[in-house]
Amino acid sequence: MRFSHGTRALVLAAALAMGATTASAEMVLHRGNSGDPETLDPQKTSSVYEGNILRDLFEGLVIHSAAAKILPGVADSWTSSADGLTWTFKLKSNAKWSNGEPVTADDFVYSYRRMMDAATGSQYANMLFVIKNAEALNKGTGKPEDLGVEAVDAHTLKFTLSGPTPYFIELLAHQSSFPVYRGAIEKYGKDWIKPENFVSNGPFKLTENVPHDHITIIRNPAHYDAAKVKLDKVVYLPTEDRSAALRRFQAGELDMNDEVPTDQIKFIRQNMKDEFRPAPYLGTYYFVFNTKKPPFDDVRVRRALSLMVDREFLAEEIWGGTMLPGYSMVPEGTGSYGTPVWWSAKDKSPADREDEAMRLMKEAGFGPGGKTLKLEIRYNTSENHKKTSVALADMWKPLNVEVSLVNTDVKTHYAFLREHQPFDVARAGWIADYNDAQNFLFLAETATKSLNYSQYSNPEYDALMARAATEGDAAKRSATLHEAETILMRDEPYLVLMTYMSKQMVSKRLKGWEPNTLDYHPSRYLWLE
Amino acid sequence: MSEGEGRSLFDDAVARLIGNRAAVASMIFLAVMTLACFVGPFFTGHPYDKVYPDYVKAAPSFEARPTAEEVAETATRIARRFRARVEDFRLDQGRVEIGLAGAGPVDPRIVDYYERADGFAGVHIAGRSDDGRKLTLRADVRQIRFWFGTDGNGRDLLTRVLIGGRISILIGILATGVALMIGVSWGATAGFLGGRVDMMMMRVVDILYALPFIFFVILLVVFFGRNFVLMFVAVGAIEWLDMARIVRGQTLVIKRQEYVQAAEALGVTTAALIRRHVVPNTLGPVVVYVTLLVPKVILLESFLSFLGLGVQEPMTSWGVLISEGANNNRDLAYLLIFPALFLTSTLFALNFLGDGLRDALDPKDR
Amino acid sequence: MISFVLRRLLSALPTIFIVVTVSFFLIRVAPGGPFDGESHIDPRILENLKRVYQLDQPLWMQYWLFLKNLAHGDLGPSFFFKDFTVAQLFAVSLPVSMENGAAALALALAFGISLGTVAALRQNHGVDHAVMGVATIGVTIPNFVVGPLLTLIFALGLSWLPAGGWNNGAFANRVLPVVTLALPQMAVIARLTRASLIEALRANHIRTLRALGLPTTTVTLHALRGALLPVVSYLGPAAANLMTGSVVVERIFGIPGVGRYFVDGALSRDYTLVMGTVILISVFVIVFNLIVDILYSFLDPRVRME
Repeated sequence: MRFSHGTRALVLAAALAMGATTASAEMVLHRGNSGDPETLDPQKTSSVYEGNILRDLFEGLVIHSAAAKILPGVADSWTSSADGLTWTFKLKSNAKWSNGEPVTADDFVYSYRRMMDAATGSQYANMLFVIKNAEALNKGTGKPEDLGVEAVDAHTLKFTLSGPTPYFIELLAHQSSFPVYRGAIEKYGKDWIKPENFVSNGPFKLTENVPHDHITIIRNPAHYDAAKVKLDKVVYLPTEDRSAALRRFQAGELDMNDEVPTDQIKFIRQNMKDEFRPAPYLGTYYFVFNTKKPPFDDVRVRRALSLMVDREFLAEEIWGGTMLPGYSMVPEGTGSYGTPVWWSAKDKSPADREDEAMRLMKEAGFGPGGKTLKLEIRYNTSENHKKTSVALADMWKPLNVEVSLVNTDVKTHYAFLREHQPFDVARAGWIADYNDAQNFLFLAETATKSLNYSQYSNPEYDALMARAATEGDAAKRSATLHEAETILMRDEPYLVLMTYMSKQMVSKRLKGWEPNTLDYHPSRYLWLE
Repeated sequence: MSEGEGRSLFDDAVARLIGNRAAVASMIFLAVMTLACFVGPFFTGHPYDKVYPDYVKAAPSFEARPTAEEVAETATRIARRFRARVEDFRLDQGRVEIGLAGAGPVDPRIVDYYERADGFAGVHIAGRSDDGRKLTLRADVRQIRFWFGTDGNGRDLLTRVLIGGRISILIGILATGVALMIGVSWGATAGFLGGRVDMMMMRVVDILYALPFIFFVILLVVFFGRNFVLMFVAVGAIEWLDMARIVRGQTLVIKRQEYVQAAEALGVTTAALIRRHVVPNTLGPVVVYVTLLVPKVILLESFLSFLGLGVQEPMTSWGVLISEGANNNRDLAYLLIFPALFLTSTLFALNFLGDGLRDALDPKDR
Repeated sequence: MISFVLRRLLSALPTIFIVVTVSFFLIRVAPGGPFDGESHIDPRILENLKRVYQLDQPLWMQYWLFLKNLAHGDLGPSFFFKDFTVAQLFAVSLPVSMENGAAALALALAFGISLGTVAALRQNHGVDHAVMGVATIGVTIPNFVVGPLLTLIFALGLSWLPAGGWNNGAFANRVLPVVTLALPQMAVIARLTRASLIEALRANHIRTLRALGLPTTTVTLHALRGALLPVVSYLGPAAANLMTGSVVVERIFGIPGVGRYFVDGALSRDYTLVMGTVILISVFVIVFNLIVDILYSFLDPRVRME
């Protein structure tokens, strides 16, 4: 008796607690975000987790649709000059900040100058170095007035670029290009980011921000499209523990979450088939060869190792089908790039691949009967990277390759790669910042220095990339980039293994959600039924 | 401790320990477990690092693999890689016949790939159409067993649990031993000497307690690389701190006891006092704490592995297996249950043995 | 007594100073910085960021700046949570962890001591074995297994409690995390209590009390007072640990406590946050050890404060 009484009290308490958040007339979306945002300041942003929230709070000149296509945002229309160096934007006259003030061209000028100001510490400043004099300003050698952004009048904004940039619009859609409200920053300094001082121009505005707990945003009535926004409130919950997030999703405490525990993929496919919505994603999962260290400076060795990898097995068995087998550096579906350059052995049978690998290894002096190739794979600690490395080691065994594995925490791993310390093969990956092939191919340029972990350096490749950078014609530029990718897939300094997939869990109640390659799902398009 | 006395004390203790049935049973269990972990991996039929790509995440079963479906599945998968399809499939008494068909000629090298698959042996071409588009293969089904199933890479879990026990038992004994030695002598000395010395010694404990352990471990990895001995150093270096506190607390009480003061009055040296009167009397809580420390140390090792200091693939440990298994809790509970079962049963035995030891060594019980 | 406490607190200052100094250099020597990671930063930007965060200065200068700010009670801004200072982070998270830790401690003490006492009084009987068996399981099964298991049962199976989240500290959201935190401690306390109570019950003065015909309850309570000493020694560090949160439990249940900063801060190389946690844990360890030493003299008059 006593027990059941206590039980009832507990259920009651639970019901009350739940009721406090959900059982009211307003429509509240509980949205899992698998990482904590580091900041809500657009100019300081650095991660995709911030992007999810910032796209709700702010609005740039252009925005993304539910299918992640570019649409006019604060800008109604825009034109670019014939040489592609001048871009003029007409701003909406009814765009407003959450405090009712109009959004003007000056706000954008202020925001871009702030982004380039060295003291701001913007991590994405380099993305807009295409704006004239931006790099000098960021280095501290230029003046803010010289930056190529100009308010022609209150609702006309003009950009002057240092070179033609066909993907300029894509850059402006990135969260770091969102405007900030000058009044709040000048009045409150660093504290402008606190919910009580926060002013934004997006469809939602900030009301609460507790690290590791929740970020609550509510509909911004001052937004020009407020009438079309159906959600009253969105609660972002950090869900770092993927298993825990899955349990909360099942319990109905989350309406959507951007990650799944890949170890439990079978369970998910069996029990939540309709809620699990994977989609191709603009990210490439690869391992890096150290091209400065013999024998990995030998393209034959790199190619032979690559030929032995069964990418289908990795994607299907090791990653449980949450990845796609990868045969190109640039993922399929990137921007207007069209079909990427496929790895030449993509359609070869495994027997042909293996014969070729054996031959190449033999030529390089290794392989069965030759020297044993001892190599070390480094990876940042993670269950899936570990399993991938173990599988690679097994696939390379027939080539008389002995693999040892070394794992370190993520910071140590990337510092090691950045400093170009001597490794053989190391795990890495790249998620696109903007929807353009250049954003993948630049990784192998000599000028990319510390980010070019493979230290691959090919004048021919660099020349092609330089030509693409100054090419105004979209078709010619795409052809040049394809040429560059052909070289990259031939030389294979980056051992491309898989293409990422986004792994959203979406409640059946949630409507307006569309899968897309950028994995952008702005809350303005979503509603619950 | 003089010779004669030591022997009789020791004999006494042994006699009492042997009289304790639970303790004896535990000792036998621990011996068997240790033996299984050190010798067992040679007899499971699977090397601990052998990857079976065709049996990734196979469920535990006493039945032999591959099952009929698995044979068909593997046959189809390999055919697909050669751009062919399985047209005809017959399985009878451990012999299999596969009829392959393709849009173009089927590459006869496919035989090697069937031969290499985990479930086939003696693969040969039994027939071939003139245009080469049809190929008939015959093979024996090679059967193997995974009693505990396989992990996410397709490696035998039984072998891995056994091999993992080596590391975990070693670290359980050695790291705990290090913590025990340092902790007991440090705590007893501090507590017994008291005053300023106690204050200083305990502040050292406080300082070590507050230092960021993660950085300590990362630096060990950076400067010394992965090293088995360092693992014990890292674990032992922090785990003795609590032990020192507990022993010191006990010592504060014991040193006020009449028999200690009497011995002191008789002129027994401080070192001898600590060794003969203080330490044996702290045994009760120490033994309990040791039985807590062992699981802590074994699980801590998996965190060291996370930072790159602990065991490294393909080697493994119970701590690593359990934390990996915990990620799989909905799909593949067996990945958690088997290593957890081994760890828990070992610790149970250890607890009974600990209690038995305490009873046997307790000076007040004589 | 007061002079004892004062002396101890005074000795805490050099302790904290040493901890701060050693930690400062320890974390700076470690590879990787706050700006390394999966999303690689352009080398041109990296230089700039280092300047903004004063990481380009010589190490001794950074150390000096840190000490100067610390003297003013300023722990600095967090490197990871860029919109917050370390003090602001602690202001939110520390109360959460302390509340949960205190609740878990109370739960562990109440159940642990009772179970341990019962087991000791019925030594080597069925009850004893049952209690100790459960206690062993409690210690052996790590909380990253217990937490999810409890959620599966009580949140998904029975739907009695929420599966996670803090919900501003609603009672229902606290139950599972507090129980998960308390279970291993409960097991330890039960074992420690049992072991030392068995000894205490054999002591001469307790035997005398028994011989005098006093009721078992009175005798047990008497014996328990002395027997709790090892429990108290254990509680010093254990309480400090509990109050400063548990990264595992906080992550599983999505609780905004301070425990995650210890591990996350270190793994993300959030230098200022790590220093904050280091100072935090020193203060807690010092305070709790002081409390323990005072408790000794209450529980056993033979122990003098010196």
